[in-house]
Amino acid sequence: MDAAVKLGIYVPHFCWHRKLSIAANCRMCLVQVEKAPKPLPACATPVADGMKVHTHSELAVSAQKGVMEFLLINHPLDCPICDQGGECQLQDLAVGYGASGSRYGEPKRVVFHKNLGPLVSAEEMTRCIHCTRCVRFGQEIAGVMELGMMGRGEHSEIVTFVGRTVDSELSGNMIDLCPVGALTSKPFRYAARTWELARRKSVSPHDALGSNLVVQVKGDRVMRVLPLDNEAVNECWISDKDRFSYEALGSDERLTAPRVKHNGEWREVDWPTALDVVARGLKDIAAKHGGNAIGVLASPHATLEELALVARLARGLGSESVDHRLRQSDFSDDGALAGVPWLGMPIAEVGAQDRVLVVGSFLRKDHPLIAARLRLAAKRGTQVSMLHAVDDDWLMPVAHKAIVAPSLVPATLAGIVVAAAKGAGRPAPPALAGVVPSPSAEAIAASLLSGSKRAVFLGNAAVQHADAARIRALAQALADIVGGTLGTLVESANAIGAALVDAQSGAGGLDAQAMLADPRKAYVLLHAEPEFDCANPVAARAALGKADLVVVMSPFAHGTSYADVLLPVAPFTETAGTFVNCEGRLQSFNGVVKPAGETRPAWKVLRVLGTLLDLEGFAFESVDDVRRALTPDAGAIAHRLSNATSMPVTAPAAHPAPLERVADVPIYFADPLVRRAASLQLTADAKPPRARVHRALLEKLGIADGAQVRIRQGRGEAVVAAMVDAAVPPGVVRLAAAHASTCGLEGLSGPVTVERA
Amino acid sequence: MNAPREFLDFGPDAVLLAGLNGDNWRLADYVKRGGYEALAKILSAKVPPAAVVAEVKKSALRGRGGAGFPTGLKWSFMPQQYAGDKYVVCNSDEGEPGTFKDRDILRYNPHSLIEGMAIAAYAMGCARGYNYIHGEIWDVYERCEEAVAEAYAAGFLGKDILGSGFDFQLHNHHGFGAYICGEETALLESLEGKKGQPRFKPPFPASYGLYGRPTTINNTETFASVPWIVRHGGEWFLNLGRPNNGGTKIFSVSGDVERPGNYEVRLGTPFARLLEMAGGVRGGRRLKAVIPGGSSAPVLPAAIMMATDMDYDSIAKAGSMLGSGAVIVMDETRCMVKSLCRLSYFYYEESCGQCTPCREGTGWLWRMVDRIENGEGRQEDLDLLNSVSDNIMGRTICALGDAAAMPVKSFVKHFRDEFQHHIDHKRCVVAPYL
Repeated sequence: MDAAVKLGIYVPHFCWHRKLSIAANCRMCLVQVEKAPKPLPACATPVADGMKVHTHSELAVSAQKGVMEFLLINHPLDCPICDQGGECQLQDLAVGYGASGSRYGEPKRVVFHKNLGPLVSAEEMTRCIHCTRCVRFGQEIAGVMELGMMGRGEHSEIVTFVGRTVDSELSGNMIDLCPVGALTSKPFRYAARTWELARRKSVSPHDALGSNLVVQVKGDRVMRVLPLDNEAVNECWISDKDRFSYEALGSDERLTAPRVKHNGEWREVDWPTALDVVARGLKDIAAKHGGNAIGVLASPHATLEELALVARLARGLGSESVDHRLRQSDFSDDGALAGVPWLGMPIAEVGAQDRVLVVGSFLRKDHPLIAARLRLAAKRGTQVSMLHAVDDDWLMPVAHKAIVAPSLVPATLAGIVVAAAKGAGRPAPPALAGVVPSPSAEAIAASLLSGSKRAVFLGNAAVQHADAARIRALAQALADIVGGTLGTLVESANAIGAALVDAQSGAGGLDAQAMLADPRKAYVLLHAEPEFDCANPVAARAALGKADLVVVMSPFAHGTSYADVLLPVAPFTETAGTFVNCEGRLQSFNGVVKPAGETRPAWKVLRVLGTLLDLEGFAFESVDDVRRALTPDAGAIAHRLSNATSMPVTAPAAHPAPLERVADVPIYFADPLVRRAASLQLTADAKPPRARVHRALLEKLGIADGAQVRIRQGRGEAVVAAMVDAAVPPGVVRLAAAHASTCGLEGLSGPVTVERA
Repeated sequence: MNAPREFLDFGPDAVLLAGLNGDNWRLADYVKRGGYEALAKILSAKVPPAAVVAEVKKSALRGRGGAGFPTGLKWSFMPQQYAGDKYVVCNSDEGEPGTFKDRDILRYNPHSLIEGMAIAAYAMGCARGYNYIHGEIWDVYERCEEAVAEAYAAGFLGKDILGSGFDFQLHNHHGFGAYICGEETALLESLEGKKGQPRFKPPFPASYGLYGRPTTINNTETFASVPWIVRHGGEWFLNLGRPNNGGTKIFSVSGDVERPGNYEVRLGTPFARLLEMAGGVRGGRRLKAVIPGGSSAPVLPAAIMMATDMDYDSIAKAGSMLGSGAVIVMDETRCMVKSLCRLSYFYYEESCGQCTPCREGTGWLWRMVDRIENGEGRQEDLDLLNSVSDNIMGRTICALGDAAAMPVKSFVKHFRDEFQHHIDHKRCVVAPYL
């Protein structure tokens, strides 16, 4: 089959898929091989020297037609009412290989529908042709077998485990893989026919992979999102977040006209009025309190053009307080970094490493497709090790694990450095003289030293760590000692882009954390929702509440309690823009639909605002002008990417609190779009956060599993259900951030107390 | 557990089953009959493994499970220099309708299998073996467990067997009764704890078998023949039968005969003689047809059968196959439509469902035959039966598809008039007898 594909010869098939193992079960690809006594499946027959294969001979075609007849006898031939109609592999191939009438006069099989959860519909399992692509995808790519084939013969059915749903963060790919109408998209079901949809290219605005998308549009509505093949980036997959977040675009919370708060009341106004209010407000505050009284919090999910303009606007007003690193809490190495932290290698290289250490990452949920690449590598023999605060299940063989409380992560990493130095016969950094490696640190160091291609990756939790600068310096020392690459997994779609266009605090300015700790007079929020997107939501709410002017630029009516002006700006589907992904790949895209209502692309809004403020350098005609003028070209980016730090390695001071919090940012709470995507919010991953703790803690406190507990952190508190979780070490409370129930807590980590609520 | 004595008559030429009375299955009895001499001989004389394989080749022993593949040749496919674990697996998942010979070997002479597997393991350099026993014969599994325990206790299994330094661990595994698990790669899947579904071949088990290691799988009767071959020489075994058809073979004779049972005869014995041993056709009726090699083998009409000898090549020449050696005898009162209907239902139920032609086709075949049997046949059905069978045969992952198609084709071929009668008259041609 591979040979046929290479030669451009089409052999009909269903079960074969280039990214999955060979099943050879559909038999559609039977071909004639000279000297073979019977037709052989092209997918499972290795090419041999001198082999002669006829893919379209009489024998081959008659075998293929025979199989097609079998596939159709029990298949409902009601394509007009099937959701897959028009994009169905069986329908297409039946045109070429099916007969016009059926010889089958017996009753047809009926297979009961199944509930696979909110994303994948299995309402019409009678259509299933048992190719097992979905099953193999689960086992091989997603890493978890949530679907299997039960029963024998004609009674074979694709099922979940009893009462369970399909919860993988990659589940939507099964819809693409399914060659018939058995597995379809639940949100999209019966919403449109494929031929009614226009296909437009785009780029995912969520994680830092920058998955390439095909956004399918009917009129002015985004109807669904599918992957666009790009072997170097997302291969042929996308995560469910990329696929289903489009539902937020039609959310009731969409802001469709500018609004201004007048005497405590919201009024819809036209754009000139709204922008006039903003321009005058900002100008007054800059005049009265100085430019630095204005803080700009920009989302790292905003486009490069938007970020470049908002940074220029802030600086035009005399403020250096602009930042996109909203969840970061340690900025002490700002002056020490040689460049913009990045993956350290092309995405495609991740799977080619022999030895990998991932420090502080909820890998599966934070980087679903990087995890998939590492998973395949781990199956091929790559040793992947983990240093993390919880024993997170990455659904792959993990060679060695060091699971310690967050405050002990730097000390444990220092232990790995010392062990690796000893193993490599090299001197350890002098500052680590007293460090004694733990057995797990020794094991990780030995693993790293044993391979030839090695990498140390810093996950989101490492970058967001209160001691992040030290962790980075230690990770760099480790990478140097083992002769490996240091990489940063990068949190969001355009974090690198934001850094490249300096949408982060400069000299004399305040960083994201400081400008909330030390409240500003005015804030401009670009796509940011600080109570969910910032490291310290309590400080964020306090600072925003006190400010004289808060300008919210968002597709959604958000922050109405603290905002003074709401400006409806376009989400990624309604504006042209650019994202720079974790490997530094610059990917531009166009808007796929018209902006909703009075929504305007943020780059246009910022351009007008700059002009209204009489600032230099805002005279752009088009988004291309902005891009040309303000953003680095692809070649220049490579020179600016670096994970190197000049921070010296220092001995970590381990002062573990009796109880510390570790906060994951759940995949479907992570950004404003996913938070409003209705179907994603129905998934298991979107359940309200629970305080996950070690059993011993609940026993000590006399609290039952599942009972409500009060968690206190800093000035804040939250009441949530407690849950025993064997993956959480003693002394740690895992409680997710970015959710309304936990945004009363200060910081993603730090000491907490737990008591009965 | 013990069968009535009169059924323990295995024939005058019996080798594997000779002298068995139902009670003398234990190790001590086996040793008295010369058991474990072969194993001791090769271990003490340090016979090179290749020489054992050569002896088996010389014997012309062919696989007794159904395919009739030369055993020695199969053994020689195992990579001798392979560094890791290799396995030897016995297929005692005797599920072919009409076949009940392995059950009796395991019941009455389990040590012949154990010794045969140990010799095979020695010849192929395997340190571990599994005996996969059919799921529906619990008492036989228990007996095998007892026999294996005896062999371990006596030092014929385990570490350093008979002080030779050769290790062999043997485990019995009780299946769950799925017919498909008798297919060797489905058996391996099942043994690994997975759903029993055949694997696509190549790779063959000799290179990628149990747990991905080189593995040889043979039938119970095949292994049980090995000690005799080693003891008496390949030549002796070959001479029991005919060239290319060495040894004796146990035939499970069932159906319309006076004395159904297992009969061990020399390969090449005329069918007429076998029928005579089984007491002839029941009630003195006329013979109508015989399925000579288990339900998957094509049916043959009486005239052809009576002129055929019971060996691999002769039966193949007659248009069927020796298969597992299950001889299903049908007299003149048997309705061939009803018989086929039952067979087709069996394959429909037992198809694993993995690949399309078998999953969809077996149900189609059965439904058509069922309609014909029940007076709802259509004129075009007979050709359609043939056509659907042709679309299944040779198009599937394993041989179950062929096994389902061959009876249909042969029944329709040899007894088309009976099917036609059902279609035309909506009743059976043999109805007067019933």
